[in-house]
Amino acid sequence: MAIDHYHAPTSLPEALERLRGGGATILAGGTDLMPQSHAGRVKLGPALVNVRRVPELGGIRIDDGTLRLGALSTMSEILRSAFVREYAPVLAEACDHFASDQIRNAATIGGNVCNASPAGDTLVPLLVLDAEAELASKPDGEVKLRRVPRSAVFTGPGRTVRARDELLCAIRVPLPKPGFVARFVKFGTRPALDISAVAIGIGGVRSGRSLAGARVAFGAVAPTPMRAKATEAALEGTVLDDAGIARVAAVARDEVRPIDDVRASAWYRKELVSNLTRRVLGDVAQA
Amino acid sequence: MSHRREIEFVLNGVVTRASVPLEASALSMLRDVIGLTGTKYACGEGECGACTIEVDGASVCACLQFAVDCEGRTVTTIEGAARDPLAARIERAFVEHGAVQCGFCTPGMVMQARNWLATHPDPTREEIKRAIEGNLCRCTGYVKIVDAIEAACRGGR
Ligand SMILES: Cc1cc2nc3c(=O)[nH]c(=O)nc-3n(C[C@H](O)[C@H](O)[C@H](O)COP(=O)(O)OP(=O)(O)OC[C@H]3O[C@@H](n4cnc5c(N)ncnc54)[C@H](O)[C@@H]3O)c2cc1C
Ligand code: FES
Ligand code: FES
Repeated sequence: MAIDHYHAPTSLPEALERLRGGGATILAGGTDLMPQSHAGRVKLGPALVNVRRVPELGGIRIDDGTLRLGALSTMSEILRSAFVREYAPVLAEACDHFASDQIRNAATIGGNVCNASPAGDTLVPLLVLDAEAELASKPDGEVKLRRVPRSAVFTGPGRTVRARDELLCAIRVPLPKPGFVARFVKFGTRPALDISAVAIGIGGVRSGRSLAGARVAFGAVAPTPMRAKATEAALEGTVLDDAGIARVAAVARDEVRPIDDVRASAWYRKELVSNLTRRVLGDVAQA
Repeated sequence: MSHRREIEFVLNGVVTRASVPLEASALSMLRDVIGLTGTKYACGEGECGACTIEVDGASVCACLQFAVDCEGRTVTTIEGAARDPLAARIERAFVEHGAVQCGFCTPGMVMQARNWLATHPDPTREEIKRAIEGNLCRCTGYVKIVDAIEAACRGGR
């Protein structure tokens, strides 16, 4: 755990300059980094680049037809945002279930995405919202931005497509179509400070008693948060009465490939997926 | 030898300078470098709230914040909070309602309640429970703590 240099850049170009050549650890809220480095699970440094003073990474606003959430937005800021309540209430739902007040005040959405835990709580709603990640780098003196669809961001537990000299600038959520509804549920053993055993998000545009353009995402049942394509296909256009909901829930149970761990067994997780899918679809049908 | 950095910030209303190891937490800076031991070390990983402090108006766990990130910020600990009327009211309510047993969780509970009541002056019991869901107490069973915070909102009775 040897950090030789510490930098606290105050602009995006300066921050990207510090990341050039790799070898830097990016610090945002520190709520993952601090415990992980103490436990020896990550090695810090040799340079620690604290990006919390980079204004380009902050703010929640409507921009370019999207809801732009700066990477530094904390869970508390997201919860308080009127834009989020209007355009992405399902994300606020996930932030409300997140850890505790003290953690929500420090934990950033950028850190949650870049830490890429299979159980990261904002990742499931971001998948349901079809969000994109905006990444910046400065390979040859110029700041370059690229956007990556949410579903392509995660490549494995703790791994994303972000290159070592790239910074996550923002998450962009397309403004929802009229009639879009989405719900999120997380199941753990206690409401606060718990890592999800299973998290589920479902969204789509209401059309009569069914959903069009259905999106289903699961957390903590696979190495990365996942879109559930088979479940989505089963849900598309299905009338959400008891029989329809039961059919979709059965497909969801068969689609996930969870593992046994200290939080739950694979069998139990599959049952949870099926039961929670049923519950969320019941909610969506009422919405 | 770990590398250190000299930082300056406002601690309990006083401009303070400290030389901190780059990997140190704000908690170890407060306790080991500056010598303010009211902020408690228990789990060291964000689970218990014993180390709750206020940074730029937000309640956070000192054990998760890098000390170097305090640079230029305004930090309040239980020692500084003890001087304001809201914290004094909470403290009195804790005493009167028997909300303190071993007392180890108390500074964190008071800091969290103080920060939260400042923006939620009239909470329900359920809201109080949610506000302190990041603070663990091994002794009281929480009922008296919630009673005390409720009483503090009503002016300490
Ligand atoms: C007690 C406790 C409870 C928790 N509960 C939950 C929970 O309920 N749900 C949940 O999902 N998580 C939870 N977490 C995990 C953690 O709080 C979140 O993952 C949080 O969002 C991380 O954000 P941060 O700003 O603190 O990240 P940091 O710790 O600062 O960074 C995390 C990682 O992301 C990288 N990074 C950060 N920002 C950027 C950026 N802009 N560009 C590129 N890389 C970046 C860092 O280098 C690091 O690898 C909990 C943690 C603790 C300690
Ligand atoms: S010591 Fe910081 S939360 Fe427990
Ligand atoms: S009084 Fe002992 S931990 Fe709360």
